[in-house]
Parts: sequence; C-alpha cells; structure tokens
Amino acid sequence: MSEYIDQDQTGASVGIVEKQFFTFAAPPGRLKLEGGASIGPLTIAYETCGTLNKDKNNVILVLHALSGDSHMAGYYDPKDTKPGWWDIMVGPGKGIDTDKYFVICSNIIGSCSGSTGPASINPETSKTYGTHFPLITIGDMVETQKALIDHLEIKSLLSMIGGSIGGMQVLEWCVRYPDMVKSAIPLATTTQHSALAIAFNEVARQAIMADPNWNDGHYYSGKKPDMGLTIARMIGHITYLSDESMRLKFGRKLQNRSALSFEFGAEFQVESYLQHQGNKFIERFDANSFLYITKAADYFDLARQYGSGSLVKAFSKCKSKFLVVSYTSDWLYPTYQSKEMVKAMKKNNLDVSFCEIDAQWGHDAFLLPSDRLDNLIKGFLRSASHET
Amino acid sequence: MKPDQLRYDLKIIASWIEPESKILGLGCGEGDLLFWLKKEKNVKERGIEIEEAKVVKCIEKGLSVLQGDINEEVEDYPDNAFDYAICSQTLQQVYEPPSLIHSMMRVAKMGVVSFPNFGHIKVRMQLAFTGRAPVTKELPYSWHDTPNIRVLSLNDFEKFSSQVGFKILKRAAINTRNNHRQGKMVNFLPNLFATYGIFLIGKE
Repeated sequence: MSEYIDQDQTGASVGIVEKQFFTFAAPPGRLKLEGGASIGPLTIAYETCGTLNKDKNNVILVLHALSGDSHMAGYYDPKDTKPGWWDIMVGPGKGIDTDKYFVICSNIIGSCSGSTGPASINPETSKTYGTHFPLITIGDMVETQKALIDHLEIKSLLSMIGGSIGGMQVLEWCVRYPDMVKSAIPLATTTQHSALAIAFNEVARQAIMADPNWNDGHYYSGKKPDMGLTIARMIGHITYLSDESMRLKFGRKLQNRSALSFEFGAEFQVESYLQHQGNKFIERFDANSFLYITKAADYFDLARQYGSGSLVKAFSKCKSKFLVVSYTSDWLYPTYQSKEMVKAMKKNNLDVSFCEIDAQWGHDAFLLPSDRLDNLIKGFLRSASHET
Repeated sequence: MKPDQLRYDLKIIASWIEPESKILGLGCGEGDLLFWLKKEKNVKERGIEIEEAKVVKCIEKGLSVLQGDINEEVEDYPDNAFDYAICSQTLQQVYEPPSLIHSMMRVAKMGVVSFPNFGHIKVRMQLAFTGRAPVTKELPYSWHDTPNIRVLSLNDFEKFSSQVGFKILKRAAINTRNNHRQGKMVNFLPNLFATYGIFLIGKE
C-alpha cells in the first residue's frame, strides 16, 4: 500500500499514542512456524487507541498491509508532522470510532517497525538474522497477534479490519479462530494471489536480490540494497494505482520542464513520482522485510490450506459476520476475487454484506478518504456491537 | 422507522411475515422493509441490491446486504435457507421471471411478489384512447427508457402460477395514494381497479 498519511480534515484525532512492545516465546517455548522452523523470543510492537470497556467486548483489531506498522492513528509527539497511517479512519467520531471501541494494531512479524524480523538480532548468534530469518506465513502473523490478544487478556474481538495483506490476516483469523471473531471486514483483498500478483511480487523481489549490496540478505553492517528496494517499491506502486488514476494524476505531463530533453532522467511526472515514492520508502523500510512479507502473501491460499482446494469448505468453520469491500479499479485484487469469497461465505450460510465501491484510485482506494467507506464501516460495526 | 412511515404496499407485506423468520430481500433498495422487519419483527435479514449507493444505505442501517444481480446472487444460497424470499416491485424488471421464481422457491419456504398492475383501468384507457404506450404514476416511464421490461396484470400472474408451478397462498390488490404512504384494498374487479398486486406464494 502507498503512503497517504493525511491529517483528518475535521481535526479530530486520538492525540498522543505510544508504541508498546510484547515479548514472548522465549526458549524453550519458541513459536513453531508453519514452514517448520521455530523462533523465539519474539517481540511484537503494538499500539492501542480508545478505552477497553469492563466486559472487554469493544475490541477491534486493525491489521496493516505490506508496508504499514502499528502506528495506525494519532501522534507520538506533538511535534510530529504526520499522524499514523490510517488516521482518517481511526479516531473520535470516525469510521472506527475510538470513543466507542478499543482499537489495537500490531506490527506484523517479519516487518521492521518494532516487531521481530530479518533486521532483528538473532539471540543464538548475536548477529542480525538477515536471510537466516525463517520464512513466515499469514498464519504465523495471526499466531503472533493471537499471542498478543491473549496477553492483553482479551477473549473475543468485536471486529477486525484490514486491507490488502491486512485483509488476508482478517480472513486467516476468521478461519483459524472462529469463536473469537464476532465480525470482520476484509477490504480490497483476496483469498489467494493471482498469477499476476505473484508475478509483480517476484519482479520486485528480483530487483532487491539483484542489487549487489543485498549480499544474500546480510547487509546490515554495510551498504543497503537501496536501489533494489527503490525499484521494488516503484513496481509495487504501479500495481496500487490504475490506468485511470495514472491518466488523471499524471497523463503525459512533464516534470519541471516544458519540452523533452532527450536524456535518461525522470522527464515524465509519473517517473518522478515513482522515484520519489521509492526514495522515501528506503528511509523507513527494510529490503529483507519486503522479501519475507511479499512471499507470505504469495503463499496465502485459504482454499488449499483449509479446504483441500475448496473455498466453500475453507469457510465452513467460520462464524463471523462479514463486510467484504472491493473497488472497481483495483486490478491487483479485482472484484471477482472478493465475489468468490462472498460466494463461499453465502454457501456456508454466513452473514455477509458486500459492496463494490466505485473508485478510480485502484488498489490504494481503501487508504483514501471516503465517506462511503466510513459509513459502511460505522453501520456494520454498530450492528455487530448490537448483536453481541 | 414507525409502521406509518412504511410504504402502504410494504406494510401489507410486513403484515404477512411471521416474527423471528429468516428473510431474503431481492432488489431490496434502501432496505426500508428489511429494516422495519428487523426492528419490529426481529427477523434475520439478508438483502441483494445492485446499486452501490443503495447498498451503502442498507449497510449503514445495519442490514446484511450484498451488492449484485439478484438472478445470480440468489443462486449461492443453500436450499430452504430462508422462510421468505421477497421480490417487491422488481419482477417486472427481471429478464427471466420463471427462473427467478424457481430460485425463490428453492432458497425459501415461501415467496412474496409484488408488481404494478398493467391491467389497471388508467393503463387500458390511455392505450385505448391515445393509442400510445401508457405512462402512469405507477408505471412512470416512457417506452424507450423503462426498466419495466415485463408488463403484467394481476390476472397474468394468477395464470403464471399454474404455468410455472407455484401456489398462491394470499393475494392483495391495492390502490395507493399520498405518495404510496396510504392506500386501500381493492376487492371489486381488482384486475381493473388495483394499481398494485401483492402475492404470497408457496411450493406446489
């Protein structure tokens, strides 16, 4: 997902938030990963907004996508120029109303914003893991979130919401812990990557691994594979937009010039935009984390893992009430993929609502301000909380 | 929403629905009927609506509604998943009415179907005296922009029931006024004097 961090136009904000850490799975109680390896101790960074009620039944878990972190809303410091990544959605009176709900967001395992990942120190060698970090899955991400929820002594979740890879975690939660999830909102997501999505991820990964600085993933003491990660991010950004949004945003407009200059610089605005996004990204993201998380997303296949190939069977143990949302111009996770999950949910007699929002901004639309999405989420959460 | 705010035809449908039942609303619009039934009769509701803006209105109200084509979406539900499948003011816009009725009778124990009556006297008079396709309050479109591709009368539907194979359990012929808020039952020559027909149907 892209960075669209914007202050809320209404000025409403959760205010100052604090990043917290939960460490668990210390040896010998290491966490067994789906790929077979065990790992521990693990640290998960998380943030909370709102107040947990006495019955602990107002909890909403927000699950972030590829490049997100636990900082969903508010500011760490009054001097911060930008709030958390979903500040437009999470806050007092907003789509996810922090006056009503206790909202939790944790950084996924394998990422690089406070949770254990390839850039962390391996306690066994006292060196950074690098590519000695085991491959992880969406299921592993959910296991660490489950450990955090248990640690917070929360027994059930009123709702969970996530877009893109965050939406995969939502679906995995519902299948893995059907009794814990009362309701769920998978946004702009899929139950399995298409060949197209895997293809883009693979090109992005190859760009990182082809960077001479990557050094098989062991670069933390030297130069980082910045060029590779920049290109990977540029590729990602193309898939987050759409033909229409690029046409409207850039067209063939030139960057800081009135005529073609017959050189290989960034002449078109779209080139300059992608390079800018790539350069911004390397300041905050780890190239190895990009490899691990995209791989986890490519592996995700709900039907294969839980239904011997049948999506209907995969959802058969689910009990949650669902709101599925897709976007007309999302070609990374097109509407037909959302409709497939809706179909499988219906065949299991699950309570599912579905809306395809007309938006020109491609996959990224779920991160942009939208009264429509706010109202959908508000109404859905209200009815979910009445039913519990 | 109070009962008197509900459209007259929807009030009649609502009065036929047993409390606590499971309802599927086909072409449920902004969900007025489903919302009323959920609040007043504690039904478990599902709705299908094709227009995004209307779907959003439904979900805002806390209804379980999905966006899609009723003919396709009705297919995915298990047999007898519902007590009632309601198709209010939509049948006249459906390309294949028999197949939709079959699906309704598969997924639900009973069905409710309502539609504007093309046999109404005003319609007949307009056609007879102007020689042009009728435009009335109930059928407000011109021939070239109407979504109502299936024009039928109450008598047509009665005959249709024996052709397609379902039973008519209840029928209401009505006339509405005051923007459909109020209305009355039409007992005398309904096919001539009723503007709308509402039918409760069951399996044969």
